[in-house]
Amino acid sequence: MSDMKQAAGETIAEVTRLSKRFGKVIALDDVSLQVPRGGVFGLVGENGAGKTTLIKHFLGLLKPQTGVVSVFGMDPIRYPEEVLGQIGYLSEDHDLPHWMRIHELLRYTKSFYPKWDDAYAEELRQTFGLELDAKVKNLSRGQRAQAGLLTALAHRPALLLLDEPSSGLDAVVRRDILGAIIRTVAEEGRTVLFSSHLLDEVERVADRVAMISRSRVVLCDSMENIKATHHSITLHFDEPPAQAPILEGALAIEGRGKEWTAVCNGQLDDLKASAARLNASVVAQSTPSLEDIFVARAGRRAV
Amino acid sequence: MQLHLSPKNGVPLYLQIVSQIKYLVASGRLAAGDEVPPIRVLAEQLLINPNTVARAYRELEIAGLLTKRQGAGTYVSDTGSPLAWTERKRIIEERTTGLVTEARQLDIPVEVVVEMVHEKFWALSASQGADKEGSSNE
Repeated sequence: MSDMKQAAGETIAEVTRLSKRFGKVIALDDVSLQVPRGGVFGLVGENGAGKTTLIKHFLGLLKPQTGVVSVFGMDPIRYPEEVLGQIGYLSEDHDLPHWMRIHELLRYTKSFYPKWDDAYAEELRQTFGLELDAKVKNLSRGQRAQAGLLTALAHRPALLLLDEPSSGLDAVVRRDILGAIIRTVAEEGRTVLFSSHLLDEVERVADRVAMISRSRVVLCDSMENIKATHHSITLHFDEPPAQAPILEGALAIEGRGKEWTAVCNGQLDDLKASAARLNASVVAQSTPSLEDIFVARAGRRAV
Repeated sequence: MQLHLSPKNGVPLYLQIVSQIKYLVASGRLAAGDEVPPIRVLAEQLLINPNTVARAYRELEIAGLLTKRQGAGTYVSDTGSPLAWTERKRIIEERTTGLVTEARQLDIPVEVVVEMVHEKFWALSASQGADKEGSSNE
């Protein structure tokens, strides 16, 4: 395996100025983003932020009210066969036909995908320990996720779409899912787009992240740039300020008395200079986790 | 090769891999000529993006610690030993920086710190000597 760098500038899926409302509720508000080919794209945001709505647009399950959706350069509603034939999709609630047995589920799903790989399907089935005769309705939540993952992967899709794949699952199944994401991108040219509110998982596997908060994209960049342009700095004041200090570049600031810690966006030198203007000394400095950055930007937890 | 990554400690994951592999080489747990796992295997083991592993390996190649053999994997370089001393020193230097910073913040004089280091060093050496003599007394 050589470098898995993304082919320069090549976009596998994108939305442009997409808006969607359900009645009075705005689900997506003028959202534009591009998913480059050949990497792991993480979609993060609190529940109800619009992640699932966005994913459903990529699948052609929702029609844009305004804006444009393009997957493999095509409109998924006009060209469903061409688009869906190359997508592996695992929905949030892992919905599968309840009455089927595993062997029936495999045969059924295979009929949709000419590129279905029997050997790979069998390998995954054994890895996940799914019995051929087991009925879907009798599977545990984790096994159902594994069965859903199997059907999403076995035709080796160019684009794997996972909507909150880890939510409500135990550590073992979460490992399987992350492993599947990694295997998928390790095979050249494949792309994974997954949404999650487990930000430490996103931080491990994503090389690009879009943060959605209250129906809007608040940040979209490579993980590398995000980590390079965000800093957590702790300020020390000789005299405790009367109210929370206002530091230029700070997204959020917390503390009391003489010490205040801010999650900031910008160059470290500029931040140190603005701290100096407040007559504060910087006593600690670190790279914040994706979770810290999200909380600072969205103003609340991603749960 | 056992690495432990903590995404929350603020150090980029690829740098954690770089410093841990350097540490393994410096401490002799990885010897010249040993093969390191393929990128994909290590990525799956650590559950991280393969690009992150690739970047760490690239850094280690540039540092001369790892050598890629065309189509045959990645190995610890033969020229490991002279670098190992500087690397070992660098690791301790980093720890020393932390120690000295904290000592200053807590207002502990340097003489006391040096004395503590001495004491710890001899106490550890003595206890490890005792361990090696066997545990038949227990």
